[in-house]
Amino acid sequence: MELSSLAFWILATMIIISGLGVVFLKNIVHSALALIATFIGAAGIYLTLHSEFLAAIQVLIYAGAIAILIVFGIMLITKGEGKMGETNLFGKYKISAGIVVLIMVSLVSYLVLQTPWQITTELNESLMSDIAKLIFYDHVVAFELAGVLLTVAMIGAIMIARGVKKNG
Amino acid sequence: MGSIGLYHYLILSTLLFGIGLYGALVKRHAISVLLCIELMLNSVNINLVAFSRFLIHGDNVGQLFAIFIIVVAAAEIAIGLAICIALYRGKQTIELEKFNLLRW
Repeated sequence: MELSSLAFWILATMIIISGLGVVFLKNIVHSALALIATFIGAAGIYLTLHSEFLAAIQVLIYAGAIAILIVFGIMLITKGEGKMGETNLFGKYKISAGIVVLIMVSLVSYLVLQTPWQITTELNESLMSDIAKLIFYDHVVAFELAGVLLTVAMIGAIMIARGVKKNG
Repeated sequence: MGSIGLYHYLILSTLLFGIGLYGALVKRHAISVLLCIELMLNSVNINLVAFSRFLIHGDNVGQLFAIFIIVVAAAEIAIGLAICIALYRGKQTIELEKFNLLRW
């Protein structure tokens, strides 16, 4: 077996196992750590797809910024009271949600395997400069809008989390 | 187990999406639901990058869309955590089943 397919199988196993860990671990801090493992596995998957830039972005933003944000949110609002092992429990709809998800996954897998994709055999080159040209030349309006969206989201998050003054 | 093709990546992302969807449906803790939404967004990213690598007219647009999805995910997690903090301030709990304000 060649090295790249071995890397794919190892990373896929890691992603699926840590994804299951996010859902089935009972301590929410452990769930967040499993989520970081999933992010890093996804970065490895991007590397096997020759998208080095996205792998770097994934590690920086997801495994760095978003994970820190989530852990701080957990710290602020989780009432452990000495029982952190029971902070991430299941709700009432275990069985029915399982049925729905099983149907969804099997349907999508069936459609994926049925569709005749037009697969290319040669490597699609993806240089850093090509992505830069796409962002700053072809889709520059969307790029600016993304910047506006981030600013608005940051201001909105601060406004919501700060709360309203009683007599303001 | 031959060489790895588009199908492998698509099935992987379908499985990850299913796991995330299950968690988002059954979890009781609000932040846990946010974590599962992040899982689903990640699976979509894997999907898009695989398309941009394997399809004939893939170019690099798939990677571009993945970058935009990462931007939206960052905004979404910030707003979601802010809403969680506001909810917690109001009711001193974050169990989703306690919030039935809009149910009739």
